[in-house]
Amino acid sequence: MTMSRRRIWAIVRKEIREYRRNRSILVAMAILPAIFIIEPLVAVLGLTAAASSTLRHEHVLLYLLGIPTLVPPVLAATAVAGERQQGTLEPVLTTPIRREEFLIGKALAAFVPSVAVAYLVFALFLALVALFAAPGIASGLVQGSDLLAQVLFTPLLVTWSIWVGIAVSTRSSDVRVAQQLGIVASLPAVFVTALIALNVVPPTLGLGAGAAVVLILLDGVGWQITSRLFDRERLIANPG
Amino acid sequence: MHELGPISSSGANARDPALSVDHLSKRFGDRVAVDDVTFTVGRGEVFGFLGPNGAGKTTTVRTLASLITPTSGSATIAGIPLTPENGVEIRRRIAVMPEAPGLYLRLSVVENLECFTDLYGVPDPSERVGQALEAVSLADRARDTCGSLSKGLRQRVALARALLSDPEVLFLDEPTVGLDPVATREVHALIVGLRERGVTIFLTTHRLEEAERLCDRVAILNTSLRSIGRPNELRAQLFSKALTVRTGAPIPEPGRVFAGLGGVTDWNADGPSSYILTVTDPAVAAPAVARALVAMGADLVTIAETQHSLEDVYLELVEEDPEASRR
Repeated sequence: MTMSRRRIWAIVRKEIREYRRNRSILVAMAILPAIFIIEPLVAVLGLTAAASSTLRHEHVLLYLLGIPTLVPPVLAATAVAGERQQGTLEPVLTTPIRREEFLIGKALAAFVPSVAVAYLVFALFLALVALFAAPGIASGLVQGSDLLAQVLFTPLLVTWSIWVGIAVSTRSSDVRVAQQLGIVASLPAVFVTALIALNVVPPTLGLGAGAAVVLILLDGVGWQITSRLFDRERLIANPG
Repeated sequence: MHELGPISSSGANARDPALSVDHLSKRFGDRVAVDDVTFTVGRGEVFGFLGPNGAGKTTTVRTLASLITPTSGSATIAGIPLTPENGVEIRRRIAVMPEAPGLYLRLSVVENLECFTDLYGVPDPSERVGQALEAVSLADRARDTCGSLSKGLRQRVALARALLSDPEVLFLDEPTVGLDPVATREVHALIVGLRERGVTIFLTTHRLEEAERLCDRVAILNTSLRSIGRPNELRAQLFSKALTVRTGAPIPEPGRVFAGLGGVTDWNADGPSSYILTVTDPAVAAPAVARALVAMGADLVTIAETQHSLEDVYLELVEEDPEASRR
């Protein structure tokens, strides 16, 4: 089976255009990261310089991995449920597009803005800390391993959350319900990153490597499950 | 509306039917949606598909468009056997305009169409989008968002989208719903133009006058196929030939006048001075009836062969069907 880049790109371009003009998606994409950085930002900006040595043993930055986990379902939930809701799924599926092309197009369209938002918010957080935190706090907070974890785990978590979001979307006829269910289904990943950020599970190189392997496997499994859930006949014949 | 040129020749065998459906059935659980349907549609034919709500028309179209799998039976679409493996190839050769336009309302008209030129792999997409918009007289609204268009204009955008890929078989589901009379006439002209170019059109409609005007043949479906043929053939199958006779005043003893006339087999009063005569051959019976009425001194106002519309045929077939009354 050969996949058409042009058809995949058609879906990506259409999706990005729709995201940009969908106010509820833009608001959700702004609010969720804001919720995630406000609390740690307030806490970090309130620290005195004396706290910098304590920060070297904590991993507050890993807490921000919640953003690449929770933002993608907002976008991915529209992938199928949104098309069904506005009656556009049937016209798309009567074109020569393959199921795989459709799903990859949808996933790529959600991947790019999700990763961009996660990196941007992370950079914004670091910039605010560097500018406004007490002396020494920024250098205590920013550790090479945490930065590396943020860079590496963001795309892996985004990919997993996208497949969760699209999988939920294939079984839902309402976008809002799909978004909420997608976020709830992504919470276990947020919980795990929070445990590591709060040092309940001490982060080690081995844990990081193991988590990366597990996430890569989960991303593959997510694709397989989502692909099987995408049943053209059921989606068309049962519009509700 | 303007003519839309072909992208390329299909290379398919022109003698093969465009659609060949053989004992096709589709069940959803216990519910039979389409039952043992068999028909063929020739290339370049405009084929009307009529039936009440829930008759299985949309299910048939979706099955032929390879969106859903038949429970039993087989079909060939544009020369390609209907199998799961052939879905992409079939969808490459057809286009479907569903009843609901299904447009991306936040995107402009041209953005909607551009997306579909990419999905169909249309060469030179900008030119093709321009041609399709010209064909449905929407070139001046190309930059408008679809959400700002009226229902009728959205319907036209959906029609333009169906034309983008130059399909061999075009499935149109209620293409003129929501259109004003002028736009309806333009769509009809477009359909006629497409037929002249050899495009096969599978037209699902509730507008019987539309089917009568446009379709070479019609099929009447009510889960199973009730009848199929040219509108004239269906009329001849279902209705005996008849003459409608109107006189200036009631005839005193019509039974005595009409009985025994050549070609007249039965008669009924259709009002105080109007009569329906069942005849074997109107060309023989009409002069005989006229002579008899003149001979008895009656004022003959009109005498004409009774014309049954496609609506009469449809109602006759659907109303006699016990399935229809249960819907």
